[in-house]
Amino acid sequence: MTTTEFAVVGGGPAGLSAAIEAARAGVQVLLIDENERPGGQLFKQIHKFFGSKAQRAGVRGIDIGTQLLGEVEANGVQVWLNSVVWGLFSERTVGVIHERKNYSVEAAKVLLATGAMENPLAFPGWTLPGVMGGGAIQTLVNVHRVLPGKRVLMVGSGNVGLIVSYQLLQAGAEVVGVVEALPKVGGYGVHASKLRRQGVPIWTRRTIKAAEGNGKVERAITVALDEHWKEVPGTEQVLNVDVICLALGLTPLAELAWMAGCKFDYIPALGGHVPVHDADMQTTVPGIYVAGDVSGIEEASTAMEEGRLAGIAVAQSLGKLGAEEARKKKEEIYAGLEELRSGPFGEARRNAKETVHARAER
Amino acid sequence: MERVKHMRVKNHPILGVQPETKPVLIKFDGELVEALEGEPIAAALLAAGKTVFRYTRKRKEPRGVYCAIGRCTDCMMIVDGVPNVRTCVTPVRAGMKVETQHGLGELKGAEHDHD
Amino acid sequence: MTLEQTGVLSREELAKLPGMPSEERMRRGPVVVIECGQEIPCNPCEALCRQGAISVGDPITNLPVLDEDKCTGCGLCIAGCPGQAIFVVDMTYSEQEATVAMPYEFLPLPEKGQVVEGLDREGRAICSGRVVKVVNPKAFDRTPVVTVAVPQDCAMSVRNIAWQKQR
Repeated sequence: MTTTEFAVVGGGPAGLSAAIEAARAGVQVLLIDENERPGGQLFKQIHKFFGSKAQRAGVRGIDIGTQLLGEVEANGVQVWLNSVVWGLFSERTVGVIHERKNYSVEAAKVLLATGAMENPLAFPGWTLPGVMGGGAIQTLVNVHRVLPGKRVLMVGSGNVGLIVSYQLLQAGAEVVGVVEALPKVGGYGVHASKLRRQGVPIWTRRTIKAAEGNGKVERAITVALDEHWKEVPGTEQVLNVDVICLALGLTPLAELAWMAGCKFDYIPALGGHVPVHDADMQTTVPGIYVAGDVSGIEEASTAMEEGRLAGIAVAQSLGKLGAEEARKKKEEIYAGLEELRSGPFGEARRNAKETVHARAER
Repeated sequence: MERVKHMRVKNHPILGVQPETKPVLIKFDGELVEALEGEPIAAALLAAGKTVFRYTRKRKEPRGVYCAIGRCTDCMMIVDGVPNVRTCVTPVRAGMKVETQHGLGELKGAEHDHD
Repeated sequence: MTLEQTGVLSREELAKLPGMPSEERMRRGPVVVIECGQEIPCNPCEALCRQGAISVGDPITNLPVLDEDKCTGCGLCIAGCPGQAIFVVDMTYSEQEATVAMPYEFLPLPEKGQVVEGLDREGRAICSGRVVKVVNPKAFDRTPVVTVAVPQDCAMSVRNIAWQKQR
């Protein structure tokens, strides 16, 4: 039997940040990640982040990832890579497969920082090789340095769709256009402007109707939508592409929270079913915390802040951080999170998180 | 701006020049494919212009890469005789034998029914 | 048609931006043009300016405000904007020409002297231009800044360049 004070499931920005805060306070931390290298989505984000200096604004995601990994190592966090957490039980026993052996890790506290999955969209031909998610393209292009094709249609104009389109251009592919079902651009104007000045069209009120090709994508058929989201007959457009990228939002990967008996709530603004958690990231099961996209779809910057919050809350609950010191650290993070959740893009998320926190208090 | 001539991104404005890695030869359905040491099988195949990795059991439809992070099972192939290997998260090794998988694959020594 | 509808700032939206210099200031020498028109939490530009010419303040969703008299047009802010929304325009470059300095994160980087097409915010070629400077110091963290000379009447439209590469 293996024991630890703090088991962190998932080594992305939230998990890494939590591990660092807890380890700094003297907590024994075991960080578990299924990949051969932690960092989550950070190592695909080759662009400079927004936010404030405290949130590492202006630094590329890839470099933030390297910084966090360095801090994890410097703070003596034990890391299990290539290890899959397959189970979480309410008394905080974590089932892990590590180096081909099954372990039951008894943890005093557990953090689920397992991130999210991409939303699919089924349409005729969607299973053809060449249809793939935005994250898939980022992985292939920015991590493995291989282009999945030469001419891409991007479906979805949220920040992922816009950023991945730009990254495809940087890697030398052609983005024939971005289709967006809404009557407006989903992501930041600046991301859209970068594409438009490269000559990439953004077609709003338009969506993908079908993918065609002999054994792989060779054509995409798009169609216009009316105000009732119905296809407008006769508006089909055929595009010669070999890749159709689906960037249609994310959904929390929260199966472990379900298993452990955490209470959930369905909050569309946060991506769907989210584990209910209080302002210090604790779920309705004592000792089990969540942070990052698994607790509601937001951004890497909010993931890092929430991870820190969870790490501090855990350290405090284990008696490693005094109440006053913990309070000061938390106040600073609450303020940072409020900042990140402001403005037209952040408000809906702030309201949604407040709703979730309120549900946890009940 | 440069349009792609080949599928590997050898020089990138942010990532820089691709570091020299040992080329590794693997076999894909008997054909020799040059891969780079340490990269996932799926990346090597895509770089070589191969896009179909397996065919489904019932309708025999082609599948390739979809999620690229080992979650969706689209990219599964038979690797060195073992079926259902997620090629997007499995690194290449010199001499590796990669085959297009038809259906669900068979585990040697397992007893099971086929439809 | 607005930024939200098309991804491109309209002329009306541009005119209202607090990061937009006056025509009078533009006639005096190089000055920054901050095409940041949406309230998102972001403020690296404020700290990057050594003259204190850019203010974002609190909350950091505020649009950056330009103090055009403090701005020297040095361009240090161009590379640091995560949205690549900052440019420096010099209407006094010559009798006929103005220069536009822009962030350029693509390969190949143009060389000084390269003849290019000036593209507007919608990627349309609207004039001919010539690259006069390319800087890519380590401090810019892989965001090179390219300065292109264009006819004066295009300076407030050109925001990108294109040219035929040798194969």
